[in-house]
Amino acid sequence: MGINRLNTHVLPVRFEYHAPASLEAAVELLSAYGGGASLLAGGTDLLVKMKQRLVEPGHVINVKNIGALTRIEDGADGLRIGAATRLRTIERSELVRGKLPLLHEAVRSIGSVQVRNMATLGGNLCNASPAADSAVALMALDAEARIMGPDGARTASLEEFFLGPGLTALRPDEILVEVSTPYLPEVAGTSFIKLGRRSLDLATINVAVVLELAGGVVTDCRIALGSVAPTPVRMRRAEEFLRGKELTSGAMEAAAEMASEDIRPIDDVRATAEYRREASKALTRDALTAAGERAGEG
Amino acid sequence: MSRMRIEFTLNGRRRHLDVEPNQLLLNLLREGLYLTGTKYGCGIGECGACTVLVEGEPVLSCLTLAVDVDGKEVETIEGLARGDDLDVVQKAFLDEAAVQCGFCTPGFIMTTRALLNENPDPTEGEIREYLKGNLCRCTGYVNIVRAVKRAAEKSRG
Repeated sequence: MGINRLNTHVLPVRFEYHAPASLEAAVELLSAYGGGASLLAGGTDLLVKMKQRLVEPGHVINVKNIGALTRIEDGADGLRIGAATRLRTIERSELVRGKLPLLHEAVRSIGSVQVRNMATLGGNLCNASPAADSAVALMALDAEARIMGPDGARTASLEEFFLGPGLTALRPDEILVEVSTPYLPEVAGTSFIKLGRRSLDLATINVAVVLELAGGVVTDCRIALGSVAPTPVRMRRAEEFLRGKELTSGAMEAAAEMASEDIRPIDDVRATAEYRREASKALTRDALTAAGERAGEG
Repeated sequence: MSRMRIEFTLNGRRRHLDVEPNQLLLNLLREGLYLTGTKYGCGIGECGACTVLVEGEPVLSCLTLAVDVDGKEVETIEGLARGDDLDVVQKAFLDEAAVQCGFCTPGFIMTTRALLNENPDPTEGEIREYLKGNLCRCTGYVNIVRAVKRAAEKSRG
């Protein structure tokens, strides 16, 4: 680690600053500067990386003035959240709290009030941390990312969006515009649980569960885990196992066991792989139990 | 890298300044305007010592570009008192001895100011939750929480 890696006082990177007012202008700037540009939203990740010279963009493009990126829209079949919407705005949104309590819980668990006043949903996703709380919730909600580039718009599921730690499916000239999330049926039960040293830390493990029941039998089930693989991951085998089964403690235990087998954890500063395997089992079971208790009967 | 003209309101006064794009709000306040009440703690958004209010919301000035407050309203610890008349939050921190070395205090006071503007009657749980991004290595937080409760009571009258 070089000495300048320790700097946290100034931004040792010289750049041109742009604050486009429209999505089209932002995409044009990205096309012109591509890999030499960084998009600035909340700055809580980007500026830390620039202080440490992990990122040295020649151009910084502030996207917070773009109206299309800062809206929360109540669509016919789901919620659309602009990528530059601040986490605190999402946390306070009655719409999100009422219709997608899982996302509300996940967003509320991120950082401090100060960080949530700055950080944005798109920033949390594009930073592509395997531990991103919003990503885990959105993945369990089957959310889709809408992406804009010089050739127009495209969509990607969040599973397609994350490629690895710090890596997304965005090309250098593309921008994440919004995330759309289908609404859940009234009877669905959800749960988000985060394990961390202190509550404002990055998650050591986080889990989000969506459960739908009919007559005590699981009709749909989605489980996402974070900080246990190179990206947030869906636990397909455990989900499939639970579908059509009665939600007994034995079934939940078995599903949790499968999840802990299917993850690919590493040793890092926050926990060992072995710990993550054990803890993910308990966390998955607890989240299934909580979601089961909240699920109404369909 | 060209300097940029920004215009913003700082503690109630309009300011027009030329800043470098890579200048941080914290450094503009401390080194450009000599408003040294706002502190540089960790520089990476963990400690809350650099908290100021932008548009009334607590944010971290160590991770905010100065150009990003163009057109906005910024309040620092220096803007709270009216002459010698301290803000109710400042008085409460003094009265409850919620200070030892004092380094974290401006950040705590600004975050508390935002909390009470938003929620005039917070529970202890709500106080601890709202202040969890502000670290204090001296007091053990007990007197700080007490000061926030006292400020809330005094503001409600």
